[in-house]
Amino acid sequence: MKNSLVLWLLVGWVGYFILPWYLLEDGLFAFDWLFDGYPFDEDYSPAFIQVFSTDKAWLLPLVISLLLPLKALTLKKSDRAYASYLICSGSLGLAYLVIQGFAIGVSGWQFSLFANYFLDSEFNQYGMGYGALLYGLSMLMLLTTGLAARGVMKGDVFVTSSIGLIIAIVTVFVFYPVSQVLISAFQDNQGAFSSASFIDKFFDEKIWGLGCTTRSVSCGIAWNSLTLALLTATITTGLGLAFALIVTRTGFIWKKQLRLLTVLPIITPPFVIGLALILLFGRSGVVTEFFADLFGLEASRWLYGLPGVLFAQVLSFTPISFLVLIGVVEGVSPSMEEASQTLRADRWNTFKNVSLPLMRPGLANAFLLSFIESMADFGNPMVLGGNFEVLSTEIFFAIVGAQNDQGYAAVLAILLLAFTLSAFFAQRIWLGKKSYVTVSGKADSGAHMGLNPMLKMSCYSIALPWALLTLVIYGMIMFGGFVKSWGYDHSFTMQHYEDAFALNWTELGLVWQGAAWDSFWTTLSISAIAAPLTAAVGLLTAYLLVRQSFKWKSGFEFGTMLSFAIPGTVIGISYILAFNVPPLELTGTGVILIICFVFRNMPVGVRGGIAAMSQLDKSLDEASLTLGANSFSTFRNVILPLLRPAIIAALTYSFVRAITSVSAVIFLVSADHNMATSYIIGLVENGEFGIAIAYCSVLILVMLSVILAINLLVGERKLRRSNRLSNAIKKNSNAPLKLKEAE
Amino acid sequence: MKSNHDKGSVVFDHVIKNYGDVTAINDVSFRVEPGNLVTLLGPSGCGKTTTLRMIAGLEHASAGRILISGKDVTQLPATDRDVSMVFQSYALFPHMSVVQNVAYGLVASGVNKQEAHAKSEDALALVGLHGYGERLPSELSGGQQQRVAVARALVLEPEVLLLDEPLSNLDAKLRRQVREEIRELQQKLGLTAVYVTHDQEEAMAVSDRIIVMNKSIIAQEGSPKTLYEEPNSSFIADFIGDANLVDVEILDRANDRVNVDIAGLQKYLPAREFSLGPAKLAIRPDAIQLTASAGNQVGITGNIRHATYLGNQMQYDVECELGSLFVVDYQFKQGLIAGSDVQINFADRGLVLVKAN
Ligand SMILES: Nc1ncnc2c1ncn2[C@@H]1O[C@H](COP(=O)(O)OP(=O)(O)OP(=O)(O)O)[C@@H](O)[C@H]1O
Ligand SMILES: [Mg+2]
Repeated sequence: MKNSLVLWLLVGWVGYFILPWYLLEDGLFAFDWLFDGYPFDEDYSPAFIQVFSTDKAWLLPLVISLLLPLKALTLKKSDRAYASYLICSGSLGLAYLVIQGFAIGVSGWQFSLFANYFLDSEFNQYGMGYGALLYGLSMLMLLTTGLAARGVMKGDVFVTSSIGLIIAIVTVFVFYPVSQVLISAFQDNQGAFSSASFIDKFFDEKIWGLGCTTRSVSCGIAWNSLTLALLTATITTGLGLAFALIVTRTGFIWKKQLRLLTVLPIITPPFVIGLALILLFGRSGVVTEFFADLFGLEASRWLYGLPGVLFAQVLSFTPISFLVLIGVVEGVSPSMEEASQTLRADRWNTFKNVSLPLMRPGLANAFLLSFIESMADFGNPMVLGGNFEVLSTEIFFAIVGAQNDQGYAAVLAILLLAFTLSAFFAQRIWLGKKSYVTVSGKADSGAHMGLNPMLKMSCYSIALPWALLTLVIYGMIMFGGFVKSWGYDHSFTMQHYEDAFALNWTELGLVWQGAAWDSFWTTLSISAIAAPLTAAVGLLTAYLLVRQSFKWKSGFEFGTMLSFAIPGTVIGISYILAFNVPPLELTGTGVILIICFVFRNMPVGVRGGIAAMSQLDKSLDEASLTLGANSFSTFRNVILPLLRPAIIAALTYSFVRAITSVSAVIFLVSADHNMATSYIIGLVENGEFGIAIAYCSVLILVMLSVILAINLLVGERKLRRSNRLSNAIKKNSNAPLKLKEAE
Repeated sequence: MKSNHDKGSVVFDHVIKNYGDVTAINDVSFRVEPGNLVTLLGPSGCGKTTTLRMIAGLEHASAGRILISGKDVTQLPATDRDVSMVFQSYALFPHMSVVQNVAYGLVASGVNKQEAHAKSEDALALVGLHGYGERLPSELSGGQQQRVAVARALVLEPEVLLLDEPLSNLDAKLRRQVREEIRELQQKLGLTAVYVTHDQEEAMAVSDRIIVMNKSIIAQEGSPKTLYEEPNSSFIADFIGDANLVDVEILDRANDRVNVDIAGLQKYLPAREFSLGPAKLAIRPDAIQLTASAGNQVGITGNIRHATYLGNQMQYDVECELGSLFVVDYQFKQGLIAGSDVQINFADRGLVLVKAN
């Protein structure tokens, strides 16, 4: 394993002596820095040269941690000194890197205590770049290699390093930014600590006001969010249950098609439903006009506000609760119901007294999920909210609006986080103990009992119209892009698609003329980079959680799942607060978008990985270990190949989620890196519904084809494999069997 | 300390293994001689698998030392130990062909692919699976899969071969045949093997020595013959080959023999470490002779509660002064019927004095 040590040490050397230490304006991979004064230009110099050319003497001590490990290379692994050298250099290097990064910023010393002594204008630095990144990574690996040599994790370098790596990145990209929100909530507008200003802001009338109950002013934002989330969660859970019951307990003929509904939320950008609702029920919507003509009703703005947002959210999240509840309803063991029926309970009583109580934890789970989703939802309130303000959008306006009050935004973020985290905790604590749904893997015989006629009819009458409405809405989205101007001129046009996606052949070659191309390609490429990273981080974490046991494992699990409960807007604002200034100055880059996607979607990768890995017999890993393979090659050669379906699912999911996500993204996009969703939101704000809808349908189609293509590819592989297999069998069965049994 | 005659030996030195509050192994010491096949035998949950996994390095001892070939490996992870293991579930990698499975360990330890495959083919031939290399494990029968697992373990020429209930997924007929094969291979290659089973017949059939475990400790260790003929406790007597345990009185001791009173009948038995006074006697079911009562015969009077006809043997439950006795008769002609009175006598073999516990 010394090879890997040499490798990591080399990485550190490259980071310190060769790559530009600080962040480059145009990114490392533009490579223009190579021909633009490297290595002596002060923007491009590696750390070692910065020490002399720009007098950044404080970078010099970092070299110590690159030299010390050389000594370790001469020692034997079992030597105590070997571990000591590595632990020392790794932890010193990391600590010094962090401290100097925070201590010296763009305008010199950051700690006012020292500022008086070193008021030197030269004394400053910008955000860390790839050089620093490699150096930090190298230090981390030296530290974990050293710890492993001390016997941590039974001396397994791969496992120790993986744990170290995950802890490090989750700390930097989840805990650190969120802590910045906390800090900034406790600062007044001058940046000094002040709990008074926090209390002022927190108990503001605007947040908690109850005026709407007595007078005709709007209620506090917190109440709005809470009401909305509770209503959405209740209704979606009910609808989801109706759908789940139809699919699992009735002979409904279009069950398969109904199941397809569950795919919808994944491929739908969050505000699309809102848009379609505007086209249908808005002031100049089709339905509105129809009724206006028929009854002479005045077209009203009822859609803009609580009813509209609720309507859109229920449409958006019902499929999610449907998906969750299918599993729950199927999980109720048929033998329980059969037992109840043999005890002379009729179907209604069996459902009421046996099935429903058994499903209760699952229902609670669906409820809490919808609650979190609704709280965190940004797109629908953005499009349909009107004067109905909720936390997630208010945070956005506090940052980008005229007020630009970061402290206020931070307070709102904390509040929102408190709501979603409580739901998250409730879900984990409550469900951890009370899951009756059997997951033993033992097949339970018997069929689920049918619903009694009353219940069946009510399920049908609730769910089917809703399914129809969903269909209409998606139809609307597909066709809306071909209509000239909603409510005014309903003639067919290709204009919107041309505006967005026109191509032109000129003498210069292909010109991407449409206005949408830019954000379209950015979106695809950033999502394509983020997807494999998400899958990798997620599956590695799942491996550690399922296959390794270590102290604080539940804390580790909690930390990695936490970002699931952090609303996108909170992530957005926390990233702005944390990564706008050195040492990590990432706002405005594409990197911050990628990082954001990786950590937002990681919990899903982890869950998928855990589910898949728990199905793999542990003795497979153990067999590989006893055959002399180390844990890294076991992971690579045994576990990963067997997890292929989970990997593909994680890849697809994170790719698609990155395309559709908007809440965090809208804070982090920049002129150079605009994403499709934030571009569309801009269109909607300008009232350009036609192009917006056209763009949305293109996105939906792209995602659908990606999903289909991947499924096809995977299916193809399976087919080929089974062909090869049947050939192999034929070949062998012709060979004379030399079994011992034959003797 | 490492010497040639130690190669392949396994030593447990006061090993303890705790899982939280549960003590799975409690201060266990033993030594497996090179070239021997030693069986770990015992009821479910007694710690056999745990012991085996500690030899493999898949679990680490909470206290004590483990030595393989004279070298202390207590802290060494599985990857670095020169042992290989045949798993109860076989643990064949489902995405690799048979030959890739067998070559896996060789490739992992740096042997080049060609050589690894050639060696693997040899190993497959050794277990009688020549020509099956290209198949996937899922295309083999249970018995064939089991052999692949053995070939995969053997091809590495390990110092110690570990087998965890390797036959439990096979049907009864095949089980007997495969266990003979494993034993044959082990002796041919002169391998040290540690074998876990809870089937005492299997253990008797394949082992040089048996270590019987009970409740996290070693109950007795010895050759199959010793365990059967000189059990040191009623647990062993009952576990190895069934026994009726009855209270007896030792009346007299002379030379190596004692005179034992069994409910009025007197028998001379090997004395071993026993002295005068009350004792426990283990009576094998086939050491009890029953005759239908007719007049004044010697013997203990009893009554047959149940009689079961099994073709080659009759089984009886007999109620008598000693309690309820389980009797097996291989030499029956007619068989006795339930409800009839019988006289009970004992054969000369199949009676052992044991410590009460
Ligand atoms: N990972 C674990 N965590 C906690 N307790 C364990 C663990 N593995 C084993 N044990 C406990 O240790 C004891 C010994 O287990 P072990 O698997 O060695 O039994 P065994 O003799 O192999 O039994 P069987 O014949 O049923 O396979 C049992 O009481 C078991 O419950
Ligand atoms: Mg076991």
